[in-house]
Amino acid sequence: MLWPRLVRNLVSRPLTDPAPPPVAPEIIAELRARLEEASQARLGRSLAIRHMDSGSCNGCELEINALQNVAHDLERFGLRFVASPRHADILLVTGPLSRNMAEALLRARAATPEPVWVVALGDCAVDGGIFKGSYAVLGGVDAALPVDLVIPGCPPSPTQILEGLVALIEANA
Amino acid sequence: MSARAIIESGRPVGCVPWPRYLLDASRWAQLASPSDLALLGLWGEAGMAHAAFLDEARMQVLLASVAAPEGHIPALSQGRPGAALFERMLRDLYAIEAEGGDPRGWLDHGRWPVLGPLSAHPTRHAPDPTPMEFLPVAGEGVHVIPVGPIHAGVIEPGHFRFHVQGEIIVRLELRLGYTHKGLLTLMQGKSPRAAARFAARLSGDSTVAHGLAFARAAEAAQGVEIPPRAAAIRAAMLELERLHNHLNDLGFIANDAAFAVIHARAGLVREELLRAQFAAFGHRLMMDGLQPGGVAQDLTPEGVAALRVALAAIEAELPVLLGYYESHASLQDRVLGTGTMSADLVAAFAPGGVVGRAAGRAFDARLLTGELAPEALILQSGADVDARWRQRYAEALQSIAFLAALLARLPEGPLTTPMTQRGGEGIALVEGFRGECLAWMRLDDGGLIEACFLRDPSWLHWPLLEAAVIGNIVADFPLINKSINGSYSGVDL
Ligand code: SF4
Repeated sequence: MLWPRLVRNLVSRPLTDPAPPPVAPEIIAELRARLEEASQARLGRSLAIRHMDSGSCNGCELEINALQNVAHDLERFGLRFVASPRHADILLVTGPLSRNMAEALLRARAATPEPVWVVALGDCAVDGGIFKGSYAVLGGVDAALPVDLVIPGCPPSPTQILEGLVALIEANA
Repeated sequence: MSARAIIESGRPVGCVPWPRYLLDASRWAQLASPSDLALLGLWGEAGMAHAAFLDEARMQVLLASVAAPEGHIPALSQGRPGAALFERMLRDLYAIEAEGGDPRGWLDHGRWPVLGPLSAHPTRHAPDPTPMEFLPVAGEGVHVIPVGPIHAGVIEPGHFRFHVQGEIIVRLELRLGYTHKGLLTLMQGKSPRAAARFAARLSGDSTVAHGLAFARAAEAAQGVEIPPRAAAIRAAMLELERLHNHLNDLGFIANDAAFAVIHARAGLVREELLRAQFAAFGHRLMMDGLQPGGVAQDLTPEGVAALRVALAAIEAELPVLLGYYESHASLQDRVLGTGTMSADLVAAFAPGGVVGRAAGRAFDARLLTGELAPEALILQSGADVDARWRQRYAEALQSIAFLAALLARLPEGPLTTPMTQRGGEGIALVEGFRGECLAWMRLDDGGLIEACFLRDPSWLHWPLLEAAVIGNIVADFPLINKSINGSYSGVDL
């Protein structure tokens, strides 16, 4: 019978969450100013993200992966993950910057075409987090690269990550 | 002389609840022969090496130590291949050389400003990264595929060096250590309460399991007994963590065989579970939700209700996933007989967790503590990707049943027992979603950490991944890797 299914589909809620609330205009204005400063190039309303783990505990990765589930459906905002830094507009970096990963991070950055946003995701990427001061850690991502946006949290929730990334799109539009 | 007798002939040094014995170098060397004791782990402290073994017949843990005054100990890896990676780590962190072992580095890539950071006398060192050495492969048409440290997906970093002949993998060698954060050094000199944050971040997906092992080891060292309500809440957290990770793996394995529907549906019910965990514990992954002495927060009736809703949804969804999994020949074709581990390798490495049980190895750390009755142990025999998927499926259902019972009968009472400032030594094994997480520590007279080690089950899974892919096609590697799902951060320390 087709009817029950049709009726069910008509009255059921979508699985995907509503979009996050709009970001404060000041934040967008600031990001927009920074983008213009960095480059005149327009990237459009779509951004390709390359994730980079520079030494994380895998907690941040779990939440980035959750961002791609049905409930968050990242791609409806024009955001998608790509496999190569050569295709990326955003380098989304997690974890403290370990000495053993620093060279790989710099090489990935060198392989990313301009303009590029560097986003530090998670308390560790912001400033080294609880691993600050270890012989094996250089600090946060900014110990190696200028950072455009930080998304703090340990780990930040998918909603918090989404708010940060959507702000980037808005700044970019 | 049996391996147990060799260990027990040493001088007993107090460790709770399982004893540790100090052996001389010749007795230690005898432990290298394969025996009825399985190697759980090998680690060090300044001038000393420790090993943990499991007596599978008696379901007991035994610890052995050997002094390394000159910085040398006899290698155990000659007869116990599972010791090889530990010995490479032992040299890199503790400056203790296992004579007769693999001389190549592991965690130390030549980039730290110090040598032997956990040894008695760490020496300054100007970073000079040297090219990594890999085992040679000879043969007609053999070529190399180097992958990483940065991989194509949202995953942790590591270097995989494939040698292939046509499409067939003839050798895989791993190099990890990229996420080494010096975690153990940061824990030294802190109280267990202060150091618990680090244990909770050894591997974020196992934050409850490693955090719990660490807390139990600290409580054992100080003779602290936690209240029954705290114990029950911890038990629930441990099963919730197993469940959300198993759901993740069930989905990701299918996804790597291009079967996205299982991934999407498992991802949705998992998301609902994480939101319920946030409602119940204030954190989606339950990080820092427990600490030595008890738990950080109560589990309210509203929290229990939120968890029950999410659990009911998962219980209804799992058979649907199994239906998809079993009724598509193209998916079955990818998983059956793929990444099979031979019985001798499983016996030689004695891996724990899903990897071991999916190969018929009857061990689960919950057996040691009575949290799991022996007749409730779930096993598979295939030792392939399919067996590992089915093992997780069955364990997920079992966790839901355990949770229903736990949440229905939470005892009343306080949430913590104060920790003391006493010294002592303790060890604990906790069954996380990957396998047994081991924590060991010795506290000084002021109750601060003098030496400590956290051993993730992945130490014994990574070498088996290297072996399980041989003879498979390159395209099946992601699938096999996902079905084992080793932790990078957990072994990188
Ligand atoms: S911020 Fe927290 S979750 Fe993310 S890598 Fe650091 S410790 Fe792990």
